[in-house]
Amino acid sequence: MNERMKWAPLIAFILLGSALTYGLAKPDDTNITSKMIGASVPSFVLSPATAGLPGLSSSDLAAGKPHLVNIFASWCVPCVAEAPQLKAIADAGVPVVGIAVRDKPEALARFLGRNGNPFRAIGADDASQVQMAFGSSGVPESFVVDGKGMIRQQTIGPINPQDVAGVIAAVKAAR
Amino acid sequence: MIAEAGLAALWLGAALCALQLIAAAFAVRGQAELAAIVRPVAVAQAVLTAAAFAILIWLFVRVDLSVKLVFENDHSEKPLLYRFAATWGNHEGSMLMWVTILGVAGAAVALFERKLEARTLWATLGGQAAIALGFYAFLLFASNPFDRLDPAPLEGQGLNPLLQDPGLAFHPPTLYCGYVGLSVAFSFAIGALVTRDVGPAFARAMRPWVLGAWIFLTLGITAGSYWAYYELGWGGWWFWDPVENASLMPWLAATALLHSVTVLATRDGLRAWTLMLAVIAFSMSMVGTFLVRSGILTSVHAFAVDPRRGSFLLVLLFLYIGGALALFGARVGTVREGARFDPVSREAGLVANNLLLSAILGIVLVGTLYPLIVEAVSGTKLSVGPPYFNAAAGPLALILVAVMGAAPLLRWRRDNLRLLLRRIAPAAIAAFIALVAVKLAAPTIRILPWLGLALAAGLALASVAPLWRRNLLRTPLFVWGMVVAHFGIAVSLAGMACDSSFTVEKLVAARVGETIAVGPYQVRFAGVDPTFGANWQALEATLEARRGDGDALILQPQARFYWAPPTETSESAIHTAIDGQLYTVLGKATGDGRWQLRLWWKPFVTLIWAGGALIAIGGTLALIGRVWRGRTRRQEAFYE
Repeated sequence: MNERMKWAPLIAFILLGSALTYGLAKPDDTNITSKMIGASVPSFVLSPATAGLPGLSSSDLAAGKPHLVNIFASWCVPCVAEAPQLKAIADAGVPVVGIAVRDKPEALARFLGRNGNPFRAIGADDASQVQMAFGSSGVPESFVVDGKGMIRQQTIGPINPQDVAGVIAAVKAAR
Repeated sequence: MIAEAGLAALWLGAALCALQLIAAAFAVRGQAELAAIVRPVAVAQAVLTAAAFAILIWLFVRVDLSVKLVFENDHSEKPLLYRFAATWGNHEGSMLMWVTILGVAGAAVALFERKLEARTLWATLGGQAAIALGFYAFLLFASNPFDRLDPAPLEGQGLNPLLQDPGLAFHPPTLYCGYVGLSVAFSFAIGALVTRDVGPAFARAMRPWVLGAWIFLTLGITAGSYWAYYELGWGGWWFWDPVENASLMPWLAATALLHSVTVLATRDGLRAWTLMLAVIAFSMSMVGTFLVRSGILTSVHAFAVDPRRGSFLLVLLFLYIGGALALFGARVGTVREGARFDPVSREAGLVANNLLLSAILGIVLVGTLYPLIVEAVSGTKLSVGPPYFNAAAGPLALILVAVMGAAPLLRWRRDNLRLLLRRIAPAAIAAFIALVAVKLAAPTIRILPWLGLALAAGLALASVAPLWRRNLLRTPLFVWGMVVAHFGIAVSLAGMACDSSFTVEKLVAARVGETIAVGPYQVRFAGVDPTFGANWQALEATLEARRGDGDALILQPQARFYWAPPTETSESAIHTAIDGQLYTVLGKATGDGRWQLRLWWKPFVTLIWAGGALIAIGGTLALIGRVWRGRTRRQEAFYE
């Protein structure tokens, strides 16, 4: 066997071992960066989901002011848990609009009556089509959309109390 | 007290293991006083670990919830078989099983190995002790299975319902026997490097161990593949998942080793290469265990992950693989060059086999680690899937199959190319006929399955050709073993090609009463009913499948809900016919009175695992044949 070749396996293993050491030493980043950030909201027109509130369309979101778009449903338990945080965000002056997924007007009215209403408008997405177009796979999800209708931030799952300040700041930054 | 007894047995075993290492080191250096205790200590050590493992099984079967591991992985409502299997369905228990098998394998070497020169045997047992000592330390310091919980809770936390399957009772122990069996080959290589005793006698001593480990790996991989196929409900049988690759890589290395050790035993060739492969085979087992246990790669086999354990295993990895490769570098120069051979000879065929297997091993290793490397360099996460593995390894595997058909028909040392062509001609003609016939029958077939079917036909014929004009009764058992194993490869390859090209898949949302056509079957969706078992409840669909005018078969796939821990699983229902399987899965209700049903007709898919079983049977025949011949030879030598 060639003199130099006989150390080749050891060197190859040391390289492999270094890669493994690196992989083990580096903490795993479990944050998933949304592919929707930087994309425009899909174009849509949704009819009002419940009596007393207007519906929602993509042109409302591109009218110059940033919004928080909350995709939710009255049948969704985490959405109930999220309601106080949405209220706090709306009270801070952020325009919050909703997209109600596969919902019924009377169920939605009960939900808003029980949990408070932070929404300025709610569109009815009866077939989940707009939800899909937003790149959302479940409820609740929230999107910070800037004045030009561009998505700036996506929150998957409910907004927790410790997230409220971050969401308000993101909406301010989107101005 | 029982758990403490187990822990005590483990500590005693570790102490004896250290003694075994020290005694073996002195014995190799020529201090004969200590040599006598090496073998008995190895046996005593194995008895102690086996006792510790038996105690853990006892704790699991009795559901002793004052033991933390039992609390986390066991449940009193679980059937006996799964309480038993839960012992190794977790990290600590499986590591204890690993150490137990390591100890028992060492004891078996100590008790039964008679061919090896004494010094090489001591060095081998020393190597085995060195490996075991590291894993004892890992168990005792980083994954103690006997930790207590105070106060003891009232009920355990159950077991992943995917693991509540007879497959679990069988699959991990088999794979571990394979992994750890390779440790014996590794220790043999260390022993041979220490004493520079590499030759046919050494190869003949090592061969049964390699064969045994390889049979277990083959069985483990085959069983694991079938388990994933029916339990996960995806209809696939191989996913190129990192953990699957972790079991495939040692198998590839062991397959190469199995063939190179034959060259060393028969012709005294490939000395350094065989040692290298013996080191690589067990190294791949350890790298595989590390990848699985450290959580460094994302996988469907998500075990509990603890970075401290990962670091511990990484240190062991550096110690053993690095140490063995350094020893190889230092000593291989003094291993004498083996015998030479002609480019057209059995040896050359086996070298081609080794090179191709090593190349495939490299492809799988690179593909498995590629996500890690990319993340280190560019920070992006990606996964490498079947497109890479199939495209890179597929063609090489097909060339390997062609070589496999030809090599057993070659003579040792030197052969004639024209004679070989004459011997291989019937198989080549069969392959060509299959090539044309398949294309005519299925004009749209993709290139890899097309060639796969043709080569399977050729190999099926070529693999039995070594029996041509032989007296079948006097043909040695290990030749039968080779024939059966190679034939098994042809069978398995045909199954893979059929499954990938002729599978019919139907995804439907069906109302009760509807009939769906899939392959040769008409499947009527008769209804959905609730049902329950010992620790789950389920929705069960009833499907009536008819083929032509035959009687209806009833298939009942379930969507199960387990309550400890709360988990949903889908239980597929499979009907096996002579020419394939009808595979059915019940999905979710769509909300408007329809149900999602997934139906597959998979022609000849069972050949994949039937082939795997044949390969293992072939290996077993070869093992029996080799051990048998070894015994009769020794007796002859005794009487002469």
